[in-house]
Amino acid sequence: MIRERLSGNEAVAFAMKQINPDVVPAYPITPSTEIPQYFSSFVSNGTVDTEFIPVESEHSALSACIGASAAGGRVMSATSSQGLSLMYEMLYIASGMRLPIVLTCVNRAVSAPINIHNDHSDSMGVRDCGFIQLYCESNQEAYDNIIMAVKIAERSMIPVMVCYDGFITSHSVENIELLEDSVVKDFVGKYEPKHYLLNPNEFISMGPLDLQNYFFEHRKQLADAMTDSKKIIEEVSEEFAKISGRKYGMFESYKTEDSDACMVILNSSAGTAKVVVDKLREEGLKVGILKPRVFRPLPYKDLTNALRNQKAIAIMDKADSVNGFSGPLYSELSAALYSQSISIPSINYIYGLGGRDVKETDLEEVFRNIIKISKDGKVDKTTNYLGVRE
Amino acid sequence: MINDKMGAKELPMAGIILKDGNSEQVKTGEWRNQKPIHILENCKHCMLCVMPCPDNAIIHDEDDKMLGFDYDACKGCGVCAKVCPFKAITMENE
Repeated sequence: MIRERLSGNEAVAFAMKQINPDVVPAYPITPSTEIPQYFSSFVSNGTVDTEFIPVESEHSALSACIGASAAGGRVMSATSSQGLSLMYEMLYIASGMRLPIVLTCVNRAVSAPINIHNDHSDSMGVRDCGFIQLYCESNQEAYDNIIMAVKIAERSMIPVMVCYDGFITSHSVENIELLEDSVVKDFVGKYEPKHYLLNPNEFISMGPLDLQNYFFEHRKQLADAMTDSKKIIEEVSEEFAKISGRKYGMFESYKTEDSDACMVILNSSAGTAKVVVDKLREEGLKVGILKPRVFRPLPYKDLTNALRNQKAIAIMDKADSVNGFSGPLYSELSAALYSQSISIPSINYIYGLGGRDVKETDLEEVFRNIIKISKDGKVDKTTNYLGVRE
Repeated sequence: MINDKMGAKELPMAGIILKDGNSEQVKTGEWRNQKPIHILENCKHCMLCVMPCPDNAIIHDEDDKMLGFDYDACKGCGVCAKVCPFKAITMENE
């Protein structure tokens, strides 16, 4: 175990160095730029064997990932915001071709208006592209999830997107526990694809035209693989706990065992929420938080079971679906609760768009509102915009 | 070899084609709407129709005797009928 102080991007680049992938095609975009920047220095120094491809756009970055992965390589890249938007077409091709690419998405708002700061519009906007999505609260979680993502992707043959908050996590330096190089190397092992284009003993074609008679079945294969990947994520997380002592589930719950009012919140804001929970607990208020780690596949039974005994829920979205109803996490979780015949008064907050600071006092206001809802069961307005100037 | 009775669990993942040389199994002539007819009595077996055929669909033997068309491959473009100086190929609606 190595104790270090690293930013989120440094931690991810360090994990990539330890993984030593075959190919890293990347194009710089704030706030993910440092990942290929640090990584290219590892390439120049000869500390990794990776073929680093500085491409001319994110569309090309993911295209090169797809080609290299189909050829049989272990492939990683990183992007943010507009970069992920430009990858949109190729995201569906990566998942549709079942290529186990690991892509870091450092979450940033999507234009317009142009903004470089954090919200989850980028990764939430591609939530149906067929990638597994893991969300991280801290630098430690980003480092750990990147290492696990390699195994999860290669076992499920589904690409994995690891998401964490731009600047808040990507550029803030935190204490971190790193694994020894050899431990990571043994953990990820050697990638041995069943079929790959550079296999001299097998002459195959990948990604061919697939019309009415077969397309539907191939999409069903992907859907089944996504459902089954939940078990793979659990297995890999257990294996990771053995080498690191850090155990990850589908989600993290904080003081929800006896709570009446629960907040569901992703990524770094969950850290702020925990502080607020502690503070309100001192007042004797029974509050807790649930922080999903895995959003794709949506572990809807686990999440709804964890929420079953709450009397009120606030579901926090750092992305707006602009659909006249609610944010994406609320839409999906409230549908999941309904599917399990669980009826709990719930409220949606769109918060922190474009990097608007989310303070303890902001989240305290939300908690106090759901405490009230837990008592009277009344939700005045389903979707609310936290701290916006009307 | 796959077929359209196979389910998602049986079919190769993501539509990977596991065997090479399978283009012969694709009948490109399926969407033809006009087909060439060989009029043997006019044919001088000059082989002028062979080279321009984009689908390699003119069947001939080693002695350069024109034998007819590979209708699985012929897309009915009509180039052969156009180049024939002897009116030995005509196009007919399917």
